[in-house]
Amino acid sequence: MDFAAITLWFLLEKVILIAAIIGLSFFVAMYTTLAERKVAGWMQDRMGPNRAGPFGILQPLADGGKLFFKEEIIPVTSNRILFLLGPALAMIVALVTSTVIPWGAPVVTTTGTIALQVTDVDMGILIVFSVVSVGVYGIMIGGWASNNKFSLLAAIRGASQMVSYELPMSLALIAILFMTGSLKMSEIVLYQINHGWNIVYQPLGFLLFFICALAECNRTPFDLPEAENELNFGYHQEYSSMKLGFYLFAEYINMFVSSAVMATLFLGGYDIPFVNEAAWGLSPWVYSLLSFGVLMAKVSFLLFVFIWIRWTIPRFRYDQLMNLGWKKMIPLALFNMLLSAAILLWLKS
Amino acid sequence: MQLTQRSKSVDRSPMTFLESLYLWNIMKGMAITLRHLFKKKATIQYPEEKRPFSPIFRGLHVLNRDAEGRENCTACGLCAVACPAEAITMEAAERLPGEENLYREEKYAAKYEINMLRCIFCGLCEEACPKDAIYLSQTFAPANYGRKGFIYGKNELLIPHPINEREAYLKALGDRTPSARIQNQPNA
Repeated sequence: MDFAAITLWFLLEKVILIAAIIGLSFFVAMYTTLAERKVAGWMQDRMGPNRAGPFGILQPLADGGKLFFKEEIIPVTSNRILFLLGPALAMIVALVTSTVIPWGAPVVTTTGTIALQVTDVDMGILIVFSVVSVGVYGIMIGGWASNNKFSLLAAIRGASQMVSYELPMSLALIAILFMTGSLKMSEIVLYQINHGWNIVYQPLGFLLFFICALAECNRTPFDLPEAENELNFGYHQEYSSMKLGFYLFAEYINMFVSSAVMATLFLGGYDIPFVNEAAWGLSPWVYSLLSFGVLMAKVSFLLFVFIWIRWTIPRFRYDQLMNLGWKKMIPLALFNMLLSAAILLWLKS
Repeated sequence: MQLTQRSKSVDRSPMTFLESLYLWNIMKGMAITLRHLFKKKATIQYPEEKRPFSPIFRGLHVLNRDAEGRENCTACGLCAVACPAEAITMEAAERLPGEENLYREEKYAAKYEINMLRCIFCGLCEEACPKDAIYLSQTFAPANYGRKGFIYGKNELLIPHPINEREAYLKALGDRTPSARIQNQPNA
């Protein structure tokens, strides 16, 4: 990066963008909790929360307010510093991942171009993966510092689960990189706008990536770190008040960000399918807003699928989880990678 | 060996590779939950909407009065004897001259208490009563913060006066007691 290019205007633009994205992440995470409860209700022939405001739209605020006013308990036997660090780390890591996602088409004005992306580094997707792998520390530190054997067991489970599912996830991604030839998120989106969505060429890759994303977010059927019935709430058992809220909230932000990553990598990012919206001659702001809306629609759909799966299938047993990860997902991902490499070579020759 | 018509044999053969990915079965499950998403909900929005009770629903007790507003109960104690949960207590008293408009017979219940936490709402008191003095209405005991609040005395149990508080009386009477049935007869 050219440091001479950093002007006050540039800094202001980035600060506004960061604030907007953090606000958006919190907002979406809040309403995902409501959506989760609503969809859970509907799928079980119930109504879901509908008392706080019309259709229960104030429910997330009520929940958050409750968490703030709850008594905060820090166990005396816990390691106080690490105990406080755990939820903070989980939250920070969840938020950092969203920096490299292109949230919409760049706004091209006469005075310059504003990218709707905090930073468009060359190795964008690798940043996502490296930050996500730090995410496991939030669980591990929290579980270990609680000084509670259930929390510790849950933290160990979480760590081994996330490590084993990162592998097929990156293997599924490599097949994408074969095609796009770039790690830059914006270029992956541009490739899909020009050549069609990656999910069409990589259906197996998408499936593998999606399943791994479920495991990375600790969602059902892979929610072993917080298995209520066997581990008594898992790694955040000793947490109370807003620290617990941070853990729960970080999970929803993770869901949101991983949905955004999947939409960007496989579902064409902010691209509208079947039409060439760039040729409509919309004013740059309207066009960018529209593309942002399209991305959000895709993200909402993926979030719905996350919730849909959670209320359909029960949790895997630990051995099933490990068998699926190491004996099924990794061979399939390797097969997918080799197959796409062979086809690409054959097409080029 | 088949023991019943409904028994199903379980396939215990090991899963194939595709089966062990669980994908097809998960998709079948997701189709089921998706169908439930659009089904009619079973919820009854309680305070606004109430479930209709069966005509033989047994709810809170009511101590009845006759058509002139005199208490039917003579404190014979048959209800307390019949009660399997031993929820009913009463103290009898003699009617004094000048109280004929209050109590129908010479003896009446000065104190009549039912512990609603003990009561099992079986309706045996209603069956035991020879004077049509107690019957089970179609309301249920509201929530309370203390145990004391669930011991209902005559204040809570006695039906409103049929002449002085006509509307409240008819509401409390419901449509199930023998006297209510007589009142509701088309040609009565």
